[in-house]
Amino acid sequence: MAILFYIFAAVAVIAGLNVVLQRRPVYSALWLIVVLCALAVEYLLLGAVFMAFIQIIVYAGAIMVLFVLVIMLLNAHHEEPTHGSQFAQWLGAPLVVALLVEIGVAVWSWPGAAHVNPPPLRAGPKSVGDLLFHQYVLPFEVTSALILVAILGAVVLARKES
Amino acid sequence: MAQFAEAHFFLIESVVKIIVVLFVLLTAVAYVVWLERKVVARIQSRWGPYWVGPHGLLQPLADGLKFLFKEDIVVQDADKVIYWMAPFLAFTLAFLSIAVIPFGGSFQLFGHTIQLQITDLNVGLLYVFAVTSLGVYSIALAGWSANSKYPLFGGLRSSAQMISYELSLGLGVVGVLMISGTLSLRGVVTPQVGFWHIAGIPFLPRWNVFRQPLGFLVYFIAAIAETNRIPFDLPEGETELVGGFHTEYSSFKFAMFFIAEYANMVTVSCLATLLFFGGWLGPLFGPYWLRVILPVIWFCLKVFCFLFFYIWMRGTLPRFRYDQLMAFGWKVLLPLGFLNVLGTSFVIAWLHS
Repeated sequence: MAILFYIFAAVAVIAGLNVVLQRRPVYSALWLIVVLCALAVEYLLLGAVFMAFIQIIVYAGAIMVLFVLVIMLLNAHHEEPTHGSQFAQWLGAPLVVALLVEIGVAVWSWPGAAHVNPPPLRAGPKSVGDLLFHQYVLPFEVTSALILVAILGAVVLARKES
Repeated sequence: MAQFAEAHFFLIESVVKIIVVLFVLLTAVAYVVWLERKVVARIQSRWGPYWVGPHGLLQPLADGLKFLFKEDIVVQDADKVIYWMAPFLAFTLAFLSIAVIPFGGSFQLFGHTIQLQITDLNVGLLYVFAVTSLGVYSIALAGWSANSKYPLFGGLRSSAQMISYELSLGLGVVGVLMISGTLSLRGVVTPQVGFWHIAGIPFLPRWNVFRQPLGFLVYFIAAIAETNRIPFDLPEGETELVGGFHTEYSSFKFAMFFIAEYANMVTVSCLATLLFFGGWLGPLFGPYWLRVILPVIWFCLKVFCFLFFYIWMRGTLPRFRYDQLMAFGWKVLLPLGFLNVLGTSFVIAWLHS
Protein backbone atom coordinates (compact mmCIF):
# COMPACT_ATOMS: atom_id res chain seq x y z
CA MET A 1 0.00 0.00 0.00
CA ALA A 2 2.84 2.38 0.87
CA ILE A 3 4.36 1.85 -2.59
CA LEU A 4 1.05 2.77 -4.21
CA PHE A 5 0.91 5.89 -2.07
CA TYR A 6 4.35 7.04 -3.22
CA ILE A 7 3.62 6.25 -6.88
CA PHE A 8 0.43 8.28 -6.94
CA ALA A 9 1.91 11.05 -4.81
CA ALA A 10 4.68 11.34 -7.41
CA VAL A 11 2.11 11.35 -10.20
CA ALA A 12 0.20 14.13 -8.43
CA VAL A 13 3.33 16.25 -7.93
CA ILE A 14 4.60 15.81 -11.49
CA ALA A 15 1.16 16.53 -12.92
CA GLY A 16 0.86 19.54 -10.63
CA LEU A 17 4.16 20.92 -11.93
CA ASN A 18 2.93 20.35 -15.47
CA VAL A 19 -0.20 22.37 -14.77
CA VAL A 20 2.04 25.38 -14.18
CA LEU A 21 4.73 24.66 -16.75
CA GLN A 22 2.64 23.79 -19.81
CA ARG A 23 2.30 26.64 -22.30
CA ARG A 24 -1.01 25.56 -23.82
CA PRO A 25 -4.07 26.08 -21.58
CA VAL A 26 -5.76 22.83 -22.65
CA TYR A 27 -2.71 20.84 -21.55
CA SER A 28 -2.66 22.63 -18.19
CA ALA A 29 -6.31 21.74 -17.68
CA LEU A 30 -5.72 18.11 -18.62
CA TRP A 31 -2.80 17.83 -16.20
CA LEU A 32 -5.01 19.28 -13.50
CA ILE A 33 -7.45 16.42 -14.15
CA VAL A 34 -4.53 14.00 -13.67
CA VAL A 35 -3.78 15.69 -10.32
CA LEU A 36 -7.40 15.30 -9.23
CA CYS A 37 -7.53 11.64 -10.23
CA ALA A 38 -4.22 10.91 -8.44
CA LEU A 39 -5.65 12.53 -5.31
CA ALA A 40 -8.77 10.37 -5.68
CA VAL A 41 -6.52 7.29 -5.65
CA GLU A 42 -4.89 8.57 -2.45
CA TYR A 43 -8.36 8.85 -0.90
CA LEU A 44 -9.02 5.26 -1.97
CA LEU A 45 -5.80 4.15 -0.27
CA LEU A 46 -6.96 5.89 2.90
CA GLY A 47 -10.16 3.86 2.74
CA ALA A 48 -12.38 6.82 1.87
CA VAL A 49 -14.01 5.17 -1.15
CA PHE A 50 -17.00 7.51 -1.18
CA MET A 51 -14.85 10.65 -1.11
CA ALA A 52 -12.66 9.27 -3.90
CA PHE A 53 -15.55 8.81 -6.31
CA ILE A 54 -17.21 12.08 -5.31
CA GLN A 55 -13.87 13.77 -6.02
CA ILE A 56 -13.84 12.32 -9.54
CA ILE A 57 -17.52 13.01 -10.24
CA VAL A 58 -17.53 16.59 -8.97
CA TYR A 59 -14.03 17.88 -9.76
CA ALA A 60 -12.83 15.82 -12.70
CA GLY A 61 -16.25 15.09 -14.18
CA ALA A 62 -18.05 18.40 -13.75
CA ILE A 63 -15.87 21.37 -12.85
CA MET A 64 -12.93 20.53 -15.09
CA VAL A 65 -15.27 19.77 -17.98
CA LEU A 66 -16.45 23.37 -17.73
CA PHE A 67 -12.82 24.59 -17.68
CA VAL A 68 -11.97 22.56 -20.78
CA LEU A 69 -15.18 23.70 -22.46
CA VAL A 70 -14.37 27.38 -21.85
CA ILE A 71 -10.80 26.95 -23.08
CA MET A 72 -12.11 25.27 -26.21
CA LEU A 73 -14.71 28.01 -26.72
CA LEU A 74 -12.08 30.75 -26.48
CA ASN A 75 -9.83 28.59 -28.63
CA ALA A 76 -6.80 29.67 -26.60
CA HIS A 77 -3.74 28.12 -28.18
CA HIS A 78 -0.56 29.63 -26.79
CA GLU A 79 -0.02 31.64 -23.67
CA GLU A 80 2.36 34.56 -24.21
CA PRO A 81 4.80 34.82 -21.29
CA THR A 82 4.74 38.33 -19.82
CA HIS A 83 7.49 39.94 -17.78
CA GLY A 84 5.29 42.70 -16.46
CA SER A 85 4.61 41.50 -12.95
CA GLN A 86 6.70 43.66 -10.61
CA PHE A 87 5.10 41.96 -7.66
CA ALA A 88 6.29 38.48 -8.66
CA GLN A 89 9.82 39.73 -9.39
CA TRP A 90 10.43 41.04 -5.90
CA LEU A 91 8.29 38.82 -3.74
CA GLY A 92 8.46 35.50 -5.64
CA ALA A 93 11.80 34.18 -4.42
CA PRO A 94 11.34 35.14 -0.74
CA LEU A 95 7.87 33.57 -0.68
CA VAL A 96 9.20 30.31 -2.15
CA VAL A 97 11.98 30.26 0.45
CA ALA A 98 9.46 30.92 3.21
CA LEU A 99 7.25 28.07 2.00
CA LEU A 100 10.19 25.65 1.79
CA VAL A 101 11.33 26.59 5.30
CA GLU A 102 7.82 26.08 6.59
CA ILE A 103 7.56 22.63 4.99
CA GLY A 104 11.02 21.75 6.30
CA VAL A 105 10.08 22.71 9.85
CA ALA A 106 6.85 20.75 9.63
CA VAL A 107 8.62 17.61 8.39
CA TRP A 108 11.44 18.03 10.95
CA SER A 109 9.10 18.35 13.90
CA TRP A 110 6.91 15.38 12.87
CA PRO A 111 7.01 12.83 15.70
CA GLY A 112 6.75 9.80 13.37
CA ALA A 113 3.94 7.48 12.41
CA ALA A 114 3.93 5.66 15.77
CA HIS A 115 2.86 8.81 17.61
CA VAL A 116 -0.01 9.71 15.32
CA ASN A 117 -3.37 8.47 16.48
CA PRO A 118 -5.93 9.14 13.77
CA PRO A 119 -9.57 9.06 14.85
CA PRO A 120 -11.70 6.35 13.21
CA LEU A 121 -12.52 7.26 9.62
CA ARG A 122 -16.09 8.38 9.04
CA ALA A 123 -16.21 8.87 5.30
CA GLY A 124 -19.03 6.64 4.07
CA PRO A 125 -22.10 8.10 2.34
CA LYS A 126 -24.17 7.70 5.54
CA SER A 127 -21.78 9.49 7.89
CA VAL A 128 -20.94 12.26 5.41
CA GLY A 129 -24.65 12.87 4.81
CA ASP A 130 -25.28 12.79 8.54
CA LEU A 131 -22.57 15.38 9.23
CA LEU A 132 -23.70 17.64 6.39
CA PHE A 133 -27.40 17.60 7.15
CA HIS A 134 -27.37 17.46 10.95
CA GLN A 135 -24.26 18.86 12.56
CA TYR A 136 -23.21 21.28 9.83
CA VAL A 137 -26.56 21.97 8.19
CA LEU A 138 -26.42 25.76 8.67
CA PRO A 139 -22.92 26.34 7.22
CA PHE A 140 -23.78 23.92 4.42
CA GLU A 141 -26.96 25.72 3.42
CA VAL A 142 -25.34 29.14 3.79
CA THR A 143 -22.54 28.02 1.45
CA SER A 144 -25.03 26.84 -1.14
CA ALA A 145 -26.88 30.18 -0.90
CA LEU A 146 -23.53 31.93 -1.35
CA ILE A 147 -22.76 29.94 -4.48
CA LEU A 148 -26.23 30.70 -5.83
CA VAL A 149 -25.61 34.42 -5.28
CA ALA A 150 -22.30 34.13 -7.11
CA ILE A 151 -24.00 32.41 -10.06
CA LEU A 152 -26.68 35.11 -10.19
CA GLY A 153 -23.97 37.76 -10.09
CA ALA A 154 -22.15 36.12 -12.99
CA VAL A 155 -25.38 35.95 -15.00
CA VAL A 156 -26.11 39.63 -14.36
CA LEU A 157 -22.55 40.64 -15.29
CA ALA A 158 -22.54 38.54 -18.45
CA ARG A 159 -25.91 39.75 -19.71
CA LYS A 160 -25.68 42.03 -22.70
CA GLU A 161 -27.12 45.52 -22.33
CA SER A 162 -29.94 45.87 -24.80
CA MET B 1 -1.31 -22.10 3.59
CA ALA B 2 -5.08 -21.80 3.44
CA GLN B 3 -4.79 -18.04 3.17
CA PHE B 4 -2.28 -18.40 0.36
CA ALA B 5 -4.61 -20.71 -1.57
CA GLU B 6 -7.47 -18.29 -0.93
CA ALA B 7 -5.51 -15.41 -2.45
CA HIS B 8 -4.58 -17.52 -5.46
CA PHE B 9 -8.16 -18.61 -5.93
CA PHE B 10 -9.32 -15.00 -5.80
CA LEU B 11 -6.74 -13.99 -8.42
CA ILE B 12 -7.66 -16.81 -10.79
CA GLU B 13 -11.37 -16.22 -10.24
CA SER B 14 -11.04 -12.51 -10.99
CA VAL B 15 -8.93 -13.02 -14.11
CA VAL B 16 -11.34 -15.63 -15.47
CA LYS B 17 -14.31 -13.36 -14.75
CA ILE B 18 -12.66 -10.36 -16.41
CA ILE B 19 -11.75 -12.34 -19.53
CA VAL B 20 -15.20 -13.87 -19.88
CA VAL B 21 -17.04 -10.60 -19.26
CA LEU B 22 -14.84 -8.64 -21.68
CA PHE B 23 -15.26 -11.33 -24.35
CA VAL B 24 -19.03 -11.36 -23.91
CA LEU B 25 -19.23 -7.57 -23.89
CA LEU B 26 -17.13 -7.16 -27.06
CA THR B 27 -19.14 -9.82 -28.86
CA ALA B 28 -22.36 -8.24 -27.65
CA VAL B 29 -21.22 -4.84 -28.92
CA ALA B 30 -20.37 -6.31 -32.32
CA TYR B 31 -23.74 -8.02 -32.60
CA VAL B 32 -25.70 -5.02 -31.36
CA VAL B 33 -24.30 -3.23 -34.41
CA TRP B 34 -25.48 -6.12 -36.59
CA LEU B 35 -28.86 -6.14 -34.83
CA GLU B 36 -29.21 -2.41 -35.34
CA ARG B 37 -28.55 -2.68 -39.07
CA LYS B 38 -30.99 -5.57 -39.37
CA VAL B 39 -33.79 -3.99 -37.33
CA VAL B 40 -33.48 -0.56 -38.92
CA ALA B 41 -33.48 -2.25 -42.32
CA ARG B 42 -36.63 -4.14 -41.34
CA ILE B 43 -38.29 -0.89 -40.24
CA GLN B 44 -37.40 0.68 -43.56
CA SER B 45 -38.45 -2.41 -45.61
CA ARG B 46 -34.92 -3.37 -46.62
CA TRP B 47 -32.90 -6.53 -46.01
CA GLY B 48 -29.85 -5.08 -44.30
CA PRO B 49 -26.53 -6.97 -44.35
CA TYR B 50 -27.10 -10.34 -46.00
CA TRP B 51 -24.06 -11.57 -47.89
CA VAL B 52 -21.31 -12.17 -45.31
CA GLY B 53 -22.34 -15.39 -43.63
CA PRO B 54 -25.96 -16.56 -43.19
CA HIS B 55 -28.18 -13.50 -42.74
CA GLY B 56 -25.07 -11.35 -42.61
CA LEU B 57 -24.05 -12.82 -39.26
CA LEU B 58 -20.35 -12.48 -40.01
CA GLN B 59 -20.76 -8.82 -41.02
CA PRO B 60 -19.29 -7.46 -37.71
CA LEU B 61 -16.12 -9.46 -38.37
CA ALA B 62 -15.89 -8.11 -41.91
CA ASP B 63 -16.45 -4.57 -40.62
CA GLY B 64 -13.71 -4.99 -38.04
CA LEU B 65 -11.24 -6.24 -40.66
CA LYS B 66 -12.17 -3.35 -42.92
CA PHE B 67 -11.47 -0.85 -40.16
CA LEU B 68 -8.13 -2.50 -39.41
CA PHE B 69 -6.91 -2.43 -43.01
CA LYS B 70 -8.03 1.10 -43.83
CA GLU B 71 -5.47 3.87 -44.05
CA ASP B 72 -5.08 5.73 -40.76
CA ILE B 73 -5.20 9.39 -41.75
CA VAL B 74 -3.92 11.92 -39.21
CA VAL B 75 -4.91 15.50 -39.91
CA GLN B 76 -1.93 17.76 -40.50
CA ASP B 77 -2.77 20.55 -38.06
CA ALA B 78 -4.11 18.25 -35.38
CA ASP B 79 -2.83 18.39 -31.83
CA LYS B 80 -1.18 14.97 -32.18
CA VAL B 81 -1.02 13.86 -28.54
CA ILE B 82 -4.63 14.64 -27.70
CA TYR B 83 -5.78 13.46 -31.13
CA TRP B 84 -4.33 10.03 -30.33
CA MET B 85 -5.44 10.02 -26.72
CA ALA B 86 -9.14 10.75 -27.28
CA PRO B 87 -10.23 7.46 -28.90
CA PHE B 88 -8.25 5.39 -26.39
CA LEU B 89 -9.85 7.32 -23.55
CA ALA B 90 -13.34 6.73 -25.00
CA PHE B 91 -12.66 3.01 -25.44
CA THR B 92 -11.12 2.46 -22.00
CA LEU B 93 -13.76 4.38 -20.08
CA ALA B 94 -16.58 2.64 -21.91
CA PHE B 95 -15.29 -0.75 -20.77
CA LEU B 96 -14.35 0.20 -17.20
CA SER B 97 -17.88 0.49 -15.89
CA ILE B 98 -18.75 -3.15 -16.63
CA ALA B 99 -16.51 -4.12 -13.68
CA VAL B 100 -19.20 -3.44 -11.07
CA ILE B 101 -22.25 -4.69 -12.99
CA PRO B 102 -23.68 -7.85 -11.38
CA PHE B 103 -25.25 -10.17 -13.95
CA GLY B 104 -26.47 -13.00 -11.72
CA GLY B 105 -26.60 -14.41 -8.22
CA SER B 106 -23.79 -16.50 -6.80
CA PHE B 107 -22.92 -20.20 -6.86
CA GLN B 108 -20.67 -22.72 -5.10
CA LEU B 109 -17.57 -24.10 -6.80
CA PHE B 110 -14.87 -26.19 -5.01
CA GLY B 111 -16.22 -24.90 -1.70
CA HIS B 112 -15.94 -21.26 -2.72
CA THR B 113 -18.79 -18.86 -3.26
CA ILE B 114 -18.45 -17.19 -6.63
CA GLN B 115 -20.43 -14.05 -7.32
CA LEU B 116 -21.45 -13.38 -10.89
CA GLN B 117 -19.89 -9.93 -10.92
CA ILE B 118 -16.27 -8.84 -11.34
CA THR B 119 -16.27 -6.88 -8.09
CA ASP B 120 -18.97 -5.79 -5.68
CA LEU B 121 -18.08 -2.22 -4.74
CA ASN B 122 -20.23 -0.78 -1.98
CA VAL B 123 -20.43 2.48 -3.93
CA GLY B 124 -20.75 0.73 -7.30
CA LEU B 125 -23.25 3.19 -8.68
CA LEU B 126 -20.97 6.14 -7.91
CA TYR B 127 -18.14 4.30 -9.64
CA VAL B 128 -20.22 3.97 -12.80
CA PHE B 129 -21.19 7.64 -12.65
CA ALA B 130 -17.56 8.66 -12.07
CA VAL B 131 -16.37 6.67 -15.07
CA THR B 132 -19.14 7.88 -17.37
CA SER B 133 -18.67 11.48 -16.26
CA LEU B 134 -15.08 11.29 -17.49
CA GLY B 135 -16.34 10.08 -20.87
CA VAL B 136 -17.18 13.66 -21.83
CA TYR B 137 -13.48 14.41 -22.25
CA SER B 138 -12.95 11.88 -25.00
CA ILE B 139 -15.63 13.49 -27.15
CA ALA B 140 -14.77 17.09 -26.31
CA LEU B 141 -11.05 16.53 -26.87
CA ALA B 142 -11.62 14.56 -30.07
CA GLY B 143 -13.59 17.50 -31.41
CA TRP B 144 -11.01 20.04 -30.31
CA SER B 145 -7.77 18.29 -31.24
CA ALA B 146 -8.57 17.77 -34.92
CA ASN B 147 -8.32 21.56 -35.33
CA SER B 148 -11.24 21.62 -37.71
CA LYS B 149 -14.52 23.53 -37.59
CA TYR B 150 -17.20 20.86 -37.66
CA PRO B 151 -15.62 18.47 -35.17
CA LEU B 152 -15.15 21.43 -32.80
CA PHE B 153 -18.85 22.22 -33.03
CA GLY B 154 -19.67 18.57 -32.44
CA GLY B 155 -17.37 18.43 -29.43
CA LEU B 156 -18.80 21.61 -27.90
CA ARG B 157 -22.36 20.49 -28.45
CA SER B 158 -21.77 17.13 -26.90
CA SER B 159 -19.96 18.52 -23.85
CA ALA B 160 -22.82 20.92 -23.19
CA GLN B 161 -25.36 18.17 -23.76
CA MET B 162 -23.64 15.61 -21.57
CA ILE B 163 -23.14 18.05 -18.68
CA SER B 164 -26.80 19.08 -18.86
CA TYR B 165 -28.22 15.57 -18.97
CA GLU B 166 -25.82 14.11 -16.41
CA LEU B 167 -27.74 16.02 -13.72
CA SER B 168 -31.04 14.47 -14.75
CA LEU B 169 -29.38 11.05 -14.99
CA GLY B 170 -28.27 11.30 -11.38
CA LEU B 171 -31.60 12.70 -10.17
CA GLY B 172 -33.56 9.91 -11.83
CA VAL B 173 -31.62 7.35 -9.82
CA VAL B 174 -31.86 9.13 -6.45
CA GLY B 175 -35.42 7.89 -5.84
CA VAL B 176 -34.34 4.26 -6.17
CA LEU B 177 -31.38 4.89 -3.87
CA MET B 178 -33.68 6.35 -1.22
CA ILE B 179 -35.90 3.27 -1.38
CA SER B 180 -33.10 0.72 -1.24
CA GLY B 181 -30.74 2.71 0.98
CA THR B 182 -27.55 1.49 -0.68
CA LEU B 183 -25.17 2.45 -3.49
CA SER B 184 -24.11 -1.14 -4.17
CA LEU B 185 -25.53 -2.44 -7.44
CA ARG B 186 -26.05 -5.86 -5.87
CA GLY B 187 -27.77 -4.31 -2.88
CA VAL B 188 -30.14 -2.37 -5.14
CA VAL B 189 -31.52 -5.60 -6.60
CA THR B 190 -32.17 -7.44 -3.31
CA PRO B 191 -35.21 -5.38 -2.19
CA GLN B 192 -36.88 -6.11 -5.54
CA VAL B 193 -37.34 -9.84 -4.78
CA GLY B 194 -40.89 -11.16 -4.68
CA PHE B 195 -44.31 -9.99 -5.77
CA TRP B 196 -47.04 -7.58 -4.80
CA HIS B 197 -50.23 -9.45 -4.01
CA ILE B 198 -53.80 -8.54 -4.74
CA ALA B 199 -56.25 -10.75 -2.83
CA GLY B 200 -53.49 -13.28 -2.21
CA ILE B 201 -52.60 -13.66 -5.87
CA PRO B 202 -49.10 -12.58 -6.97
CA PHE B 203 -49.80 -9.75 -9.31
CA LEU B 204 -46.79 -7.54 -10.00
CA PRO B 205 -43.08 -8.24 -9.42
CA ARG B 206 -41.67 -5.82 -6.85
CA TRP B 207 -39.55 -4.04 -9.43
CA ASN B 208 -38.56 -0.47 -8.72
CA VAL B 209 -40.04 0.72 -12.00
CA PHE B 210 -43.55 0.32 -10.54
CA ARG B 211 -42.60 2.42 -7.53
CA GLN B 212 -40.51 4.94 -9.44
CA PRO B 213 -42.11 5.29 -12.90
CA LEU B 214 -41.19 8.97 -13.12
CA GLY B 215 -37.64 8.26 -11.95
CA PHE B 216 -37.29 5.60 -14.61
CA LEU B 217 -38.57 7.91 -17.32
CA VAL B 218 -36.14 10.66 -16.31
CA TYR B 219 -33.26 8.19 -16.05
CA PHE B 220 -33.87 6.54 -19.39
CA ILE B 221 -34.37 9.74 -21.38
CA ALA B 222 -31.23 11.21 -19.82
CA ALA B 223 -29.37 7.97 -20.53
CA ILE B 224 -30.25 8.17 -24.22
CA ALA B 225 -28.90 11.71 -24.28
CA GLU B 226 -25.74 10.65 -22.41
CA THR B 227 -25.00 7.95 -24.96
CA ASN B 228 -25.56 10.41 -27.83
CA ARG B 229 -28.24 8.31 -29.50
CA ILE B 230 -31.21 9.39 -31.59
CA PRO B 231 -33.20 11.55 -30.87
CA PHE B 232 -30.33 13.22 -28.97
CA ASP B 233 -27.46 12.45 -31.34
CA LEU B 234 -26.59 16.08 -32.07
CA PRO B 235 -22.84 15.61 -31.52
CA GLU B 236 -22.83 13.53 -34.69
CA GLY B 237 -25.53 15.27 -36.69
CA GLU B 238 -24.27 14.19 -40.10
CA THR B 239 -26.53 16.52 -42.02
CA GLU B 240 -25.23 19.73 -40.43
CA LEU B 241 -21.80 18.78 -39.05
CA VAL B 242 -20.54 16.42 -41.80
CA GLY B 243 -20.08 13.78 -39.10
CA GLY B 244 -19.64 15.51 -35.77
CA PHE B 245 -16.80 15.12 -33.30
CA HIS B 246 -15.31 12.17 -35.18
CA THR B 247 -15.29 13.71 -38.65
CA GLU B 248 -11.49 13.80 -38.85
CA TYR B 249 -11.00 10.28 -37.50
CA SER B 250 -10.54 7.31 -39.76
CA SER B 251 -9.67 3.64 -39.63
CA PHE B 252 -9.50 1.97 -36.24
CA LYS B 253 -9.53 5.20 -34.24
CA PHE B 254 -13.00 5.83 -35.63
CA ALA B 255 -13.95 2.26 -34.81
CA MET B 256 -12.90 2.83 -31.21
CA PHE B 257 -15.39 5.69 -30.84
CA PHE B 258 -17.98 3.51 -32.50
CA ILE B 259 -17.35 0.57 -30.16
CA ALA B 260 -17.30 2.91 -27.14
CA GLU B 261 -20.74 4.27 -28.05
CA TYR B 262 -22.25 0.81 -28.20
CA ALA B 263 -20.47 -0.32 -25.03
CA ASN B 264 -21.94 2.72 -23.28
CA MET B 265 -25.38 1.71 -24.54
CA VAL B 266 -24.89 -1.74 -23.01
CA THR B 267 -23.75 -0.23 -19.69
CA VAL B 268 -26.71 2.14 -19.51
CA SER B 269 -29.11 -0.69 -20.32
CA CYS B 270 -27.51 -2.88 -17.63
CA LEU B 271 -27.96 -0.07 -15.09
CA ALA B 272 -31.60 0.43 -16.10
CA THR B 273 -32.19 -3.31 -15.68
CA LEU B 274 -30.52 -3.43 -12.26
CA LEU B 275 -32.04 -0.26 -10.85
CA PHE B 276 -35.58 -0.48 -12.18
CA PHE B 277 -36.32 -3.94 -13.58
CA GLY B 278 -35.13 -6.30 -10.89
CA GLY B 279 -31.75 -7.16 -12.43
CA TRP B 280 -31.32 -10.92 -12.74
CA LEU B 281 -34.53 -11.76 -10.85
CA GLY B 282 -37.03 -13.99 -12.61
CA PRO B 283 -38.72 -17.39 -12.36
CA LEU B 284 -36.34 -20.13 -11.14
CA PHE B 285 -36.85 -23.87 -11.62
CA GLY B 286 -35.02 -27.10 -12.37
CA PRO B 287 -31.74 -28.50 -11.03
CA TYR B 288 -28.96 -26.50 -9.37
CA TRP B 289 -27.00 -25.68 -12.52
CA LEU B 290 -30.15 -24.33 -14.19
CA ARG B 291 -30.85 -22.15 -11.15
CA VAL B 292 -27.39 -20.64 -11.59
CA ILE B 293 -27.72 -20.03 -15.31
CA LEU B 294 -31.35 -18.84 -15.45
CA PRO B 295 -30.72 -15.49 -13.64
CA VAL B 296 -27.97 -14.71 -16.16
CA ILE B 297 -30.42 -15.43 -18.96
CA TRP B 298 -33.11 -13.22 -17.41
CA PHE B 299 -30.57 -10.43 -17.00
CA CYS B 300 -29.38 -10.69 -20.61
CA LEU B 301 -32.98 -10.80 -21.88
CA LYS B 302 -33.88 -7.61 -20.01
CA VAL B 303 -30.76 -5.84 -21.26
CA PHE B 304 -31.56 -7.04 -24.76
CA CYS B 305 -35.04 -5.49 -24.53
CA PHE B 306 -33.50 -2.12 -23.70
CA LEU B 307 -31.02 -2.38 -26.55
CA PHE B 308 -33.85 -3.30 -28.91
CA PHE B 309 -35.79 -0.28 -27.68
CA TYR B 310 -32.78 1.93 -28.44
CA ILE B 311 -32.66 0.63 -32.01
CA TRP B 312 -36.42 0.85 -32.41
CA MET B 313 -36.27 4.51 -31.43
CA ARG B 314 -33.49 5.13 -33.89
CA GLY B 315 -35.66 3.78 -36.66
CA THR B 316 -38.66 5.84 -35.57
CA LEU B 317 -37.78 9.27 -34.21
CA PRO B 318 -36.29 12.35 -35.87
CA ARG B 319 -33.48 14.36 -34.28
CA PHE B 320 -34.12 17.24 -31.85
CA ARG B 321 -33.11 20.77 -32.74
CA TYR B 322 -30.30 22.00 -30.51
CA ASP B 323 -32.29 24.67 -28.63
CA GLN B 324 -35.12 22.17 -28.13
CA LEU B 325 -32.62 19.73 -26.67
CA MET B 326 -31.31 22.22 -24.15
CA ALA B 327 -34.77 23.54 -23.27
CA PHE B 328 -36.06 20.01 -22.76
CA GLY B 329 -33.10 19.01 -20.60
CA TRP B 330 -33.17 22.02 -18.30
CA LYS B 331 -36.84 23.03 -18.27
CA VAL B 332 -38.62 19.68 -18.38
CA LEU B 333 -36.37 16.78 -17.42
CA LEU B 334 -34.48 18.42 -14.55
CA PRO B 335 -37.62 19.76 -12.78
CA LEU B 336 -39.27 16.35 -13.22
CA GLY B 337 -36.23 14.77 -11.60
CA PHE B 338 -36.41 17.17 -8.65
CA LEU B 339 -40.14 16.56 -8.35
CA ASN B 340 -39.53 12.82 -8.19
CA VAL B 341 -36.88 13.19 -5.48
CA LEU B 342 -39.14 15.50 -3.44
CA GLY B 343 -42.18 13.24 -3.83
CA THR B 344 -40.25 10.11 -2.93
CA SER B 345 -38.73 11.69 0.17
CA PHE B 346 -42.15 12.93 1.34
CA VAL B 347 -43.66 9.47 0.92
CA ILE B 348 -40.73 7.82 2.73
CA ALA B 349 -40.95 10.35 5.58
CA TRP B 350 -44.72 9.81 5.81
CA LEU B 351 -44.36 6.01 5.90
CA HIS B 352 -41.69 6.20 8.59
CA SER B 353 -43.58 8.62 10.86
